[in-house]
Amino acid sequence: MNFHKNHWLLFGVTFFGFVGLSLIVGILPAIWVQNNAEPLPGAEPLTTLQREGLGVYVSEGCVACHTQQVRPLAVDQAWGRPATAGDYAYVTPLGPLVPYAPAVLGSERTGPDLTNVGARQASDVWQYIHLYNPRSVVPDSVMPAYPWLFDEVTVAAAGQTVVPVPAAFAPKNGSQVVPNARGMALVAYLLSLKQTPLGAATATPPGADTAAQAPTQPVADTAAQTAAPAAAPVLAWDESLGASTYTGTCAACHQANGQGLPGAFPPLAGDPVVTADDPTEHITVVLAGKQGGEIGGTTYASPMPAQAQLSDEQVAAVINHERTSWGNAATLVTPEEVAAVRGGLQ
Amino acid sequence: MTDNPTVLVPRRSLTVQKSKVQPVADTDTAWTRLIFSYASSATVWLIWGTLIGLYLSIKFAAPDVEHVAWLSYGRLRPVHTNTVFWGWSSLAMIAAALYVVPRTSQRRLWSFPLAWLSLWLINVSVLVGDILLMAGINNGAQEYREYIWPVQAVFAIGVILVAYNLIRTIADRGIEEIYISNWYIMGAFLWTIPLVIIAYIPTYQQTAISETVIQGYYMHMGVGMWFTPMVLGLTYYVLPKLLNKPIYSYSLGVLAFWTQMVFYTMIGAHHFIFAPTPWWLQTVAIIFSVGMIITLAAGTGNFLLTMRGEGRAIARSYSLPFILAGVISYFLFSAQGSLEALRSLQAVWHFTNYTVAHSHLTMYGFVVLLIWGAIYGILPRLTGHEPPQFWVGVHFWFAVVGLVLYSAALTIGGTVQGLSWMSGSPFIESVKAMASFWLWRAVGGTLMFLSHVIFAFNMWSMRPRSASRASSAPAQGGQAPTGPEATR
Repeated sequence: MNFHKNHWLLFGVTFFGFVGLSLIVGILPAIWVQNNAEPLPGAEPLTTLQREGLGVYVSEGCVACHTQQVRPLAVDQAWGRPATAGDYAYVTPLGPLVPYAPAVLGSERTGPDLTNVGARQASDVWQYIHLYNPRSVVPDSVMPAYPWLFDEVTVAAAGQTVVPVPAAFAPKNGSQVVPNARGMALVAYLLSLKQTPLGAATATPPGADTAAQAPTQPVADTAAQTAAPAAAPVLAWDESLGASTYTGTCAACHQANGQGLPGAFPPLAGDPVVTADDPTEHITVVLAGKQGGEIGGTTYASPMPAQAQLSDEQVAAVINHERTSWGNAATLVTPEEVAAVRGGLQ
Repeated sequence: MTDNPTVLVPRRSLTVQKSKVQPVADTDTAWTRLIFSYASSATVWLIWGTLIGLYLSIKFAAPDVEHVAWLSYGRLRPVHTNTVFWGWSSLAMIAAALYVVPRTSQRRLWSFPLAWLSLWLINVSVLVGDILLMAGINNGAQEYREYIWPVQAVFAIGVILVAYNLIRTIADRGIEEIYISNWYIMGAFLWTIPLVIIAYIPTYQQTAISETVIQGYYMHMGVGMWFTPMVLGLTYYVLPKLLNKPIYSYSLGVLAFWTQMVFYTMIGAHHFIFAPTPWWLQTVAIIFSVGMIITLAAGTGNFLLTMRGEGRAIARSYSLPFILAGVISYFLFSAQGSLEALRSLQAVWHFTNYTVAHSHLTMYGFVVLLIWGAIYGILPRLTGHEPPQFWVGVHFWFAVVGLVLYSAALTIGGTVQGLSWMSGSPFIESVKAMASFWLWRAVGGTLMFLSHVIFAFNMWSMRPRSASRASSAPAQGGQAPTGPEATR
């Protein structure tokens, strides 16, 4: 019994000691977790196309910079509710070469968490433009461009989605950009990333579901304004909260300069709803989203997601930011008005 | 400017003259060729792997530098990590182990053909693995096990054959006791082989959270049960050998060995603090992370006490400075890792670039510096050719200054990132705030890469030449401590 002289004893204890400890902290907890992995009630399994998209997500190494892991910490509240094991029950092995569930939780957040990106950026048009070149919609982004998820064609075939890439980033030869099979699969997967609400039977999902129910009135109708006090008292509102909420929630589509992207996302500068004296429609669109439609003579295909997760103060601040920026000078709103509209929507 | 001609200004040269090493007496050219082939393969992977790393750091400043799928960030990042892990560090450590184990066992290596086969298997697996990663074929994006299982199986067979080769050498040893270096070196093999096998068995990794449990277990020990014990084992040989004195305490080395196995194995889950993995598993990981301070203190204390009073010898050696810096890094940055595991600090630093700085401080500041110390300590003795001392010095300072710039930028930047998130700013603000830190990281990375080019040149200078050298090599007696007897 001497480790210094008996090599079989030394190496045997070293080897089997490690294997024993591995059972305790590796294999057995993994088996226990796996046997208790029930999907959340109301969660949808991935479709075939979405699973292909998960494959693209893994293949391109998106997990190097994006987490899908909302921690029970205040700092993570922006990304959704804390993750549970059940959220990942449908993330399962990809095939014979990868007989393991892919590592979607991630370990680094150089880019945003994607747990809920399908609710946050519900527009496939935005996802395509962004993947084609992230800097065309987010100028400060350092994310790689993925042009190999797209084809350049002279004339798009019927049924193909033409990506309205901003001119500065579009192909120089004037050809049109359409997503290829991998690009469509990846966007289908990204749009599927929505947290299933806990206790789905009782609560109203705050995500894109409400966007579908949103009123789709033509914008022109709202020109009929109810009389608002013409000389409203100057309201105190939190300008920095408005600006930061705008940057975090709105600017990816409507852009920091409020000009939107031609053909893809409408401008807010000079928009009749944004500059209307009656803010009801403006508040409604922010809270409930908007299902495409014609604005200022242009038909916009992509829906705007509902932003009901924002507090009344945030909604009031961001609306006031929009109403006082880029040459807009419209009446301001109060959190109480937002609360009233929110109450009316439910 | 006092220009007094009566004051004699001594002419000081830029560098100090370092002491020369004596080549070994027995010139086993087959052995020399084998070890040099391992070390030079490793050097090729070092250049390739860190060239990729440098290129990736440039992409943060210029994301549109090209739009080639094979060169995109998400695909190249695992090429960088896997190449420096399995191509560079692993082969370089095995090169040194193939010297240390036979020497301290006073036996010739058990099988040379087997060792050559292992070298081929490992080289092929890294080459094929890298190509597949660039083609977008990976193992479910699981960090540090991105090579798909057929590739990793080839790598594993190579490592298992080296382990078998070394065990047979130790089993046939010419002295009674097993020197402490061989505890650590064989520990690294006997821990990593089951680790890799467990990590590649799919049965219990069918859902994302069970996979995450294994991922935490694996990614932590892929570093800490392979690189850490192996370089410690090499240092237990090289340090006493270069100082020509016994290690301070044999028992401290034994204590650190067993606590390494028991404590370190338990702490993998600390990579997923606050994830929906079992809470008790995370708590166990945090407790044993703090317990690692014992292992650290025993290991680094032992090395530092061995070096005590040897300042002149260290200054006059070109390999000992690498070892001194590596040992200090081992203590500082492993202790940093223990602190990072605490929940309150994780809340700030998890997911930020702070973690990237930490992994470079440990993997590079600790592991790679000790590898270089071992290579500069061993190779000239084998081949009889020394590297130019000036260029070894430049290598050292470029590597250390580069690492300091790199990690300072990301440590501060990562903290800024975490605080930006906590302040509730829009996410893009944290990206904008990082721009200057990412630039400094690229500057540090450039220095590190240059130091690797210099190292490659130094490797070339140390290469074995034709047999004429053998006769001119002076015979040398006085063995430095190669067995535990020497420490008594």
